[in-house]
Order: sequence, then structure tokens, then C-alpha cells
Amino acid sequence: MDGGGAAELREAHRLTGHSDRVWSLAWNPFTGSGAGPVLASCGGDKAVRIWRRSLDGAWHCSDVLEDTHNRTVRSCAWSPDGKLLATASFDSTTVIWEYSGGEFECVATLEGHENEVKSVSWSSSGSLLATCSRDKTVWIWEMQPGNEYECVAVLQGHTQDVKMVQWHPFLDVLVSVSHDNSIKVWADDEDDEWHCVQTLTEADNCGHSSIVWALSFNKKGDRMVTCSDDCTLKIWDTSADLSQPKTGDDHESWRHLSTLTIFSAHLSSEDIIASGAGDDTICLFTEEKIRMVEGPSYRLILKKEKAHDMDINCVRWCPQVMSVYWQQKKVS
Amino acid sequence: MTVGMINANPVVHERPERAAHPHAANALDPLDVFDTVRDIKDPEHPYSLEQLSVLSEESVSVDEKLGRIQITFTPTVQHCSMATVIGLCLRLKLMQNFPPHFKIDIKVAPGSLANEESVNKQLNDKERVAAALENPNLRQLVDECLCSNF
Repeated sequence: MDGGGAAELREAHRLTGHSDRVWSLAWNPFTGSGAGPVLASCGGDKAVRIWRRSLDGAWHCSDVLEDTHNRTVRSCAWSPDGKLLATASFDSTTVIWEYSGGEFECVATLEGHENEVKSVSWSSSGSLLATCSRDKTVWIWEMQPGNEYECVAVLQGHTQDVKMVQWHPFLDVLVSVSHDNSIKVWADDEDDEWHCVQTLTEADNCGHSSIVWALSFNKKGDRMVTCSDDCTLKIWDTSADLSQPKTGDDHESWRHLSTLTIFSAHLSSEDIIASGAGDDTICLFTEEKIRMVEGPSYRLILKKEKAHDMDINCVRWCPQVMSVYWQQKKVS
Repeated sequence: MTVGMINANPVVHERPERAAHPHAANALDPLDVFDTVRDIKDPEHPYSLEQLSVLSEESVSVDEKLGRIQITFTPTVQHCSMATVIGLCLRLKLMQNFPPHFKIDIKVAPGSLANEESVNKQLNDKERVAAALENPNLRQLVDECLCSNF
């Protein structure tokens, strides 16, 4: 995608198989062995599907992980080495799957949350996992030998349902976003105690004025995007001191040009922001190359209306290929 | 769960005459939407939402061009703990009867409920709605409210 030509978003493939809405997607980050991209999807049919591209370029569903979660699977995430898949469910558990002997098997079940788990995220080192729930807490788990996971922190502070957690791309710093409209940053101190080092709110930090649904970091870790029911995307400058993310001198607040809810946003490796929304559109934004006096500005590259027949629940850039995949509310 | 009813003596209204109303065959009339929800049973009392004045024809507005349905309902008391259940009933009934591309907004009438803002937020949080409808006890209560005949 060059700066001069007009950008276009074209549907390349349609993956069908789920029998209920698809909530979330995750690309396997492992790029070696020439095996081609692998995608995991999960949803209301309580199943997780693994999709691979064959040599002829066609996509097929290679595995269905079912009969394990007994409610909606809300989110899934691959470990950094691509060998493990974590799935978070409304059944209050998080399951760890390992690919072995040609199939995925459940190697651990993380229990403890009081009700629905909404999101799961692996730290860049692969040794820490974070989960969050409607019980308003964020849990941090440490991987031990033999597929054991020990809970090392139960983080309280949010006053409502926590929607998503995401680790910084290379620091052991965790961000959570919530139905309570705030964004919290968590880090540990010299005594390995985890605590909240920053809360980004509407009143103090030009934060969101409604439910915050999602966040995404860029590869360099100096930019974070959050999206909310207030119909805006906010870009945060997280370069200087990560325990103090700020939005710059003037707060940068984007309109997705959507009249409804934004459900997902994702930054590509080239710092292009893709967002999907409740008005069925996908927008792509980029940072202007020429820096203005007031700070970085962003422009809309393209807006694709009716990308789906219904709400867009999740958008994700494929790490290997310059294309974006999205999942809709219901796949028939 | 509270012991005893929130509102033990609700005001019950006569079931109004149902006049036939002419409208274009393909248009989505707010009255069609109202007809779908008026007979939903209140979770606590053996009366419909219409009979208890929780809903009326004015409760519904439709924007067919934008594909949106909006319903505003009035709980019978300011501290109604059943407001979220009523909201769920409304949403499920609409989801079952109208095409999935319709965006549905459900709110309590302004000033009608003490914790209005938090209830409206929950009722329109699609993730909370999905999880609530997967809760077997809650789902059973909602299904009972939807199945009643008046």
C-alpha cells in the first residue's frame, strides 16, 4: 500500500463454519517453516476453529476445538512462539491448548474468575498470561513447568466489567479497558507486587466517556489505540514513560465516522489503524508523515461501508501479509 | 432476589381495543413492532407490559432507512430491580421477530428509574446481553415472559 495510489479493501476470502456469531480472531505469530498463515476464530457456538491456507491458496478449517467450553468462547490468543492457544470463555474458565500429534489438546484449565472471562493475553516473553472478567478483576498467571499455571496477582480497581487486556509488545506492562469507561495500566515493582500505575479517565486524561471495548499497541510500543462506545478512537503516545501514557498536548480523538459502536481496532506493523464498527463499516487510518506543530495528526485512508451485513466484532491484521481480516456477528 | 414483590399493587389498565391499521405492505411500522412486544408478561406480575403501562404505542420509534428500532419503557417503580430483565425480554423478542440487520436500542424512559444510566448502559452492551441470555436461570425467566398469552 503506497502513499500515492488510492487504497482499496477487497474481500479476498469468506470463511464459513461457525454456527453462531464470531466474537474474536487471532493470527498465529509464528512465521517460520513456510507453513503459511494460521488463523484461530471463536464464538457463540462454544467452539474454536483453526483455519489454514493450502498450497493452492484456498482456506480451509483444519481443526474444530469443541466440547470443552460450555458457553460462548469470547476471545483467543496464541503464545508468542505460536505453540499454545489460550481461549477465554463466558463459562468463567480459560483453557490452554497445545498442538501435538496432529491435533489440539487441552493441556490446562485456568479457573478462578467468578463469572464470564472476556479476554486473554500473553506477555511478549510468553511466561505470563493475563485474563479479565465481568467480576471486575484482572488476573495475572505465570507459566510453570509441566503446563502448570499459577495465579500471581488478582488485580482490583475497575468498578465494572473488564472488556479486554493486552500486554505491551515488549515490556511486562499490562493494559486493561472496562465498562467503567476507564483504561488502567498495571506494572510490578521490585517486590514483584502488581499494582495499577495509571488510570486514564475522561476527567483527568481526555479519556473515553463510555464503555471502552478494545485496545491495540503498535509494534514499537510507542502508540496505543483504544476504542469506545463513545464512537471515538483515541490514540495514545506511550513512548516516553510507559507507566504514564499520555495523549500529547492536544488530546487526539478520532471519529471513526460511525454512528454506532466501535467494537475493535488494530494497528498494523506499518502503523495503519483498522477499525470495525456497529454500523458494519471498516475504516483505515494512518498517521500523517508531515508532523504538524500541534502534534501528529491522522487521516482516513478509506472507509468500506457494509463490509458485513451486521456488526463488525473484530478486525485483525495478518502479521505476514498486508491484508486485514474481520469477523462478523454471525457467519452463516 | 428480594423477598416479596417490588411493587405489590401495580396499577393495571384495561387492555385497549385493537384496531386494524392500514400501512404500506413492506414498510416497518412502529405499530408492528409494538404489536410484537405489547403482550410480553411482566416478570413479577401476571399482566402484560402494556397493561401495566410499562409500554405504550409511543414507546416505539423506527428508522427504516438507518435500520434502527428504539424502544423506551417505563418501569412501574423508581427502584425496580426487574428493569434489566424487562429490557432483556424486549431485546430477545425483537431479535426473534425482526431481521438481524436491525440495530436495536432499548432504554428506560428518562427520569423513570433511579439508576437509569447504568441500566441503559447494560441493556445496550451487546456482550452483557449475550452473556445474560446464556445464563440458564435468567433465560428461563425471560422465556416465560415471552411465552405468555393475553
